[in-house]
Amino acid sequence: MSLFDKRLTEIHSALRARELSVTDLVQASLASIRERDDKIKSVLLVDEEGALEQARKLDEQLVKKDKEPGLLFGLPAGLKDNIVTKGIRTTCASKFLANYDPIYDGTVSQKVKEADAVIVAKLNMDEFAMGGSNENSGFFPAKNPWNPEYVPGGSSGGSAAAMAARHFYFTLGSDTGGSIRQPAAFCGVVGLKPTYGRVSRFGLVAFASSLDQIGPITKNVEDAAYVLQAIAGHDPYDSTSADVEVPNFLEALTGDIKGLRIGVPKELIGEGIDPEVREAVLAALKQLESMGATWNEVSMPHTEYAVPAYYLLASSEASSNLARFDGVRYGVRADNADNLLDLYMESRSNGFGPEVKRRIMLGTYALSSGYYDAYYKKAQQVRTLIIQDFNNIFADYDVILHPTTPRTAFRIGEKTDDPVKMYLEDICTVPVNLAGLPAISVPCGFAQNGLPIGLQIIGRAFDEATILRVAHAYEQSAGYHLRKPEWVRG
Amino acid sequence: MSAISRKEVEHVANLARLRLTEEEAERYTKDLNAILEFAAKLNELDTSAVQPTSHATDVKNVMREDEIRPSLPLEDVLKNAPDHEDGQFKVPAVLE
Repeated sequence: MSLFDKRLTEIHSALRARELSVTDLVQASLASIRERDDKIKSVLLVDEEGALEQARKLDEQLVKKDKEPGLLFGLPAGLKDNIVTKGIRTTCASKFLANYDPIYDGTVSQKVKEADAVIVAKLNMDEFAMGGSNENSGFFPAKNPWNPEYVPGGSSGGSAAAMAARHFYFTLGSDTGGSIRQPAAFCGVVGLKPTYGRVSRFGLVAFASSLDQIGPITKNVEDAAYVLQAIAGHDPYDSTSADVEVPNFLEALTGDIKGLRIGVPKELIGEGIDPEVREAVLAALKQLESMGATWNEVSMPHTEYAVPAYYLLASSEASSNLARFDGVRYGVRADNADNLLDLYMESRSNGFGPEVKRRIMLGTYALSSGYYDAYYKKAQQVRTLIIQDFNNIFADYDVILHPTTPRTAFRIGEKTDDPVKMYLEDICTVPVNLAGLPAISVPCGFAQNGLPIGLQIIGRAFDEATILRVAHAYEQSAGYHLRKPEWVRG
Repeated sequence: MSAISRKEVEHVANLARLRLTEEEAERYTKDLNAILEFAAKLNELDTSAVQPTSHATDVKNVMREDEIRPSLPLEDVLKNAPDHEDGQFKVPAVLE
């Protein structure tokens, strides 16, 4: 058993009893990366020196007892490489930012440090978080820990793969259209996308600002609740972060779901969903029923419009957000430019990878003169209809439940030639981002080929407590979260 | 008829400050046509009476006092700049 399979309370008792030190925990994380990451390529950068220094300080603090230990005391963490970390290179897996050394901490980076976690490494991702397979990493693709010939999902593929490999106690990802939940499902771990505004985006390199949200990827739901507790809350540096009370998420994990009403949209459980995935989700519903919940089929009539609306909106916002990368203030500057326009053109053309360019092109077109109404405004209107679909269901149900992905992980290289085909795989996750809702993916079984299946539970805005409660109750009775890839055991 | 021509793709690339290679221009013409054809699905919906979403959750304007606060040190701000001089970012001439 890995140290990182233990419960947080067990680790903290062991630390208090001096059976374990924070240095031991960090060394275990470093060893796991060193000895085993070659198989999955989840890590972009290890801050060995910084992590050991921080561990030493925390160990001292434990002896001196001069400060109350933080909620995540001593826990080694890996952060997706689009979350800026002061003094630790942050690249967004882009050649453009290959040398970017942030001069400040993102709010979540600061919050995990304040909670006494230790940032050990920065993790692989699709470049600028654009992609669902990690094949768009500007450096090298991460791989699925259950079978390295398969993708780990994306864009937080490194964060999910690293968690399945137990390199860390927890990781952070970001989710714009499913980028926490989909890789969590593909890698057999838990991924939580909080409500839009629950967690500050300050210091998250922006992809689509009206959709982006940071959240935890963990081995189980309890850990997700701990990490969310530490990173949630209003932040004056992010004017879209919500000034609402943060409840105690740990207290929500009661195991009791008697009387819970579950809505299951027929559009996301029928045709288009792989039969093995459907069977696993139906079995989960049966299990939840046996625990006192009830479920009904419901309808989200605008589901089929969510993916095109999402890609227009996300790409439009991306084209605007990524205009800041011009080779002037940071990033890699092309050295063959004769004048300023040339410098922009050459730096951007050399720095961005193919998928990022594709989306900048799409977004620029959708926002360009004469096309704004036809594409951007139209997509925002369809977004309103999708939000209404959710509101209609939440009038009668406590949570919405369906698969996290239509299929299990696909082979590396299988879908790279056809962007539309790749985008359609996001059908189960993008509606949630368009509506700004919280959602969690938990493991709910395995396909014949041994790859994990994810169950998605969606809640009302700012009701993470309910989805955590349901996910925790399910997980504890189903037990799929306890399985690990063969090579990770022992 | 295709939604977007090769010439339009080159125009959009210029707006986005991207210089496309021959293959890229061809590739993106094909890809953008496929994506826009897919996006045309939205036209099946009559949205004439639907308000566009501006924010998914209830976000209001956030105001604060206009107080002077310390800024980042100049040295830090210039740290990641590819080129700088006399405390300013340095770029090639705008015009020849």
